[in-house]
Amino acid sequence: MTRALSSEAGIVSREEDVSTKAAAAALLDVAGLTLRIGGTGRTVVADVSFQVFPGEIVGIVGESGSGKTLAARAVMGFIPPAVRLEGGTIRFEGQDVMAMSAKDLRAMRGAKVGMVFQEPMTSLNPSMLIGRQLDEGLALHRKLDASQRRALILDMLRSVGLRDPEGALSAYPHQFSGGMRQRIMLASVMLLKPALLLADEPTTALDAVVQRDVMELMVELTKANDTAVLLISHDLGMVARYCSRIVVMCQGEVVEQGKAEDILARPRHAYTRKLLSAMPHRLPARFLPEARTPIVAVRDLVVDYPGRQGFFRKGEAKRALHGISLEVQPGEVVAVVGGSGSGKTTLGQSIAGLVKPTGGEIRFNGNPITKSATAWWDYRLNCQMVFQDPYSSLDPRMTIGQLVAEPLRLVTDMSPGDSKARVAEVLAEVGLGDGFAARYPHELSGGQRQRVAIARAVVRRPSFVIADEPVSALDVTVRAQVLELFDDLQKKHGFSCLFISHDLGVVEQIADRVVVMNEGRIVEEGPRDDIFDNPQHAYTKTLLSAVPGLESTEGGGVRLFWRKDKA
Amino acid sequence: MSSDSTMGTGASVKKPSRTKLPAPNAIVGGTLIGILLLAAGTGALWTPYDPLKLSFREKLAAPSALHWLGTDEFGRDVLSRLMAGAATSVWISILTVTLAVVAGTLIGLFSGYMRGWTDRIIMAFNDALLAFPGILLALGLLAVVGANKYGIIVALGIAYTPSVARVVRGTVLSLREREFIAASRVMGNSEAFTMVRHILPNCIAPLTVLATSMFGYVLLAESALSFLGLGVPPPAPTWGNMLAGSRPYIGQAVWLGIFPGLAISLTLLGINLLGDAVRDRLDPRMRGSR
Repeated sequence: MTRALSSEAGIVSREEDVSTKAAAAALLDVAGLTLRIGGTGRTVVADVSFQVFPGEIVGIVGESGSGKTLAARAVMGFIPPAVRLEGGTIRFEGQDVMAMSAKDLRAMRGAKVGMVFQEPMTSLNPSMLIGRQLDEGLALHRKLDASQRRALILDMLRSVGLRDPEGALSAYPHQFSGGMRQRIMLASVMLLKPALLLADEPTTALDAVVQRDVMELMVELTKANDTAVLLISHDLGMVARYCSRIVVMCQGEVVEQGKAEDILARPRHAYTRKLLSAMPHRLPARFLPEARTPIVAVRDLVVDYPGRQGFFRKGEAKRALHGISLEVQPGEVVAVVGGSGSGKTTLGQSIAGLVKPTGGEIRFNGNPITKSATAWWDYRLNCQMVFQDPYSSLDPRMTIGQLVAEPLRLVTDMSPGDSKARVAEVLAEVGLGDGFAARYPHELSGGQRQRVAIARAVVRRPSFVIADEPVSALDVTVRAQVLELFDDLQKKHGFSCLFISHDLGVVEQIADRVVVMNEGRIVEEGPRDDIFDNPQHAYTKTLLSAVPGLESTEGGGVRLFWRKDKA
Repeated sequence: MSSDSTMGTGASVKKPSRTKLPAPNAIVGGTLIGILLLAAGTGALWTPYDPLKLSFREKLAAPSALHWLGTDEFGRDVLSRLMAGAATSVWISILTVTLAVVAGTLIGLFSGYMRGWTDRIIMAFNDALLAFPGILLALGLLAVVGANKYGIIVALGIAYTPSVARVVRGTVLSLREREFIAASRVMGNSEAFTMVRHILPNCIAPLTVLATSMFGYVLLAESALSFLGLGVPPPAPTWGNMLAGSRPYIGQAVWLGIFPGLAISLTLLGINLLGDAVRDRLDPRMRGSR
């Protein structure tokens, strides 16, 4: 019963320094929460205190491993079995969550505290109809008959912006896109009109425009129902946009908390400043010498994906790219941006030779790559690719050294000694010096793996690199480091780059020229500054409105500004 | 999980230590299989008595100092017959599993990598074979190739090939969607090289598990075929025909059935334990994580 004792002590010490009135009014009051991993005794959440008042949106920001998710889940009474509560209290509407019986906890979950998870692909039960899933919570917590519940559900689905709510009731989750599923998830949570909504990285898996739509919907819905939100995210820009107060967590501790504007403009803690500086910044435009021939020129590229093939029927082909023309000059970084389904990944794959184009031509240094076997081989050796997912792009059975050395196998004029030296050199370049060569990918973090993937792509010193969302699977601070590395390597070796991304912030930092794609067509293209400061096409404006612009202020702070929608 | 990133040396990850005791399953499984191989190896060259020598005066003798495991209805020494049988049974099982794994892997790799119509046709055949119970298929094949040692190997090998092909094909299909396969192509590696260098090694984990459990099934199937009188023809001993021969005497000479049965069960146990250990050992992700 040490738990009860320590929690009593927690309240007493807390009521001394916080005015009783404020504490009483708080919807959620977490005080001195400390969580420890059972066996090792490692403290994963240390003395965390914060409050959420009714109707307020509070953000918890931190990297993965900062304990933000654990702290938030503890509010629901969800603590993994290996983790022990060491001290502190969590009071929801004045009641101690840790002291609640299992029955009271069940009554609280869903009805009073709702939760939206990160992964919309897995947070809905794939074998259950949407209607049944939405009905589950209502049937459990509200005394309503089936037709009343149905009316409520349809109403809610309409308000989250589903086009055909009636049809959605008898549809399965896989029939919806990620953004739509997150809307459905939100609908299922908001149906019960909870007093508090926990949103754990609710939009991290979505692209920028969808992310903004879902967030705005969430803010709108919670405002209408007077629901408070505890938003957990690693994306400081997003949190700053929607939250009134921010709690910054680092390695289990709260390093800073306060009003959103204050945190941004006058960060006091070094870690907050680091987070702020990790947000992508625009660098001055580079001067590139006038080129004679583009290194890669794509003309009227068309890609069709064959329709679903059955035993006796053939589905209709789907056109992914409608005649794309694009040039990349020597030493230039061209960014291709667009939402999911815009065809940007298909474009990258077909230029990389992974997808066979239906029509059109790709020229490398002025020669069509399909002209002869030698032309193709020259292109193959010089065009490399960095993939999105560092967890699946490295063969798990090979060591880092083997992975990076593999491309050199095809370089005929290199002695074994030379290639060994080259591997060591490249590994040092990407910051994976001594000892890493003998390790396996599973022993590395996501950022380190992506460094390996970059090393593998540049080890042959190619003249052209395609990078397909190389940093979107990474945390903000790691993302900034990897991006910086990529930029350094590009400047040092001067390779041209096609940088595919949905993240305009990243693009703003790294690109010389930007190509905006939508539905398999290029809608706008131009120098980076023109696209960002003076967008012409409506789709470009929509994309830009979804990400913040940044202005540095004195003292290491930043000011965010939002580009207007459809100006 | 070896995510001890809080250890003193910053981002460095714990390296697998070299001086580590093998896992308990490797020790137990290894011992059992060691005994089996020793018995089989010795049995092929030397046995305490001639396993075929009849001696009606000593028939159905209980285990004693002279005959450690007793004698059968013809007075043949059970221990000698078990040892000689081990050589036959192990040899048959090893060859059968090798045949099935090699053939199945080739078919599965080819089918999974080609996809499309090639895959469909091959898999239609494969599934048709898979639909027969293995033992029934082997029985039918034995009728064609003839009931002898090599007939059994061919029959059982063909009977077990489809399941290997299925597993390998499934693994290949999921592997080839991974980005490292695309990365290999972008590098300029040929399709054949990609298959051998990147796809095949990643099939090893499911294959080891399958091969070891299959070794057990083959041992059982061989015994069953011998039991039915379709295996290695008597008087040559195998564990299966010893078990079959013990049936009429189960009341008076229980050791006739117990020892071959025990030999089969312990061998299966050893193979399964060793298979798990081998799979863990071959997978870099499992190393150093205990």
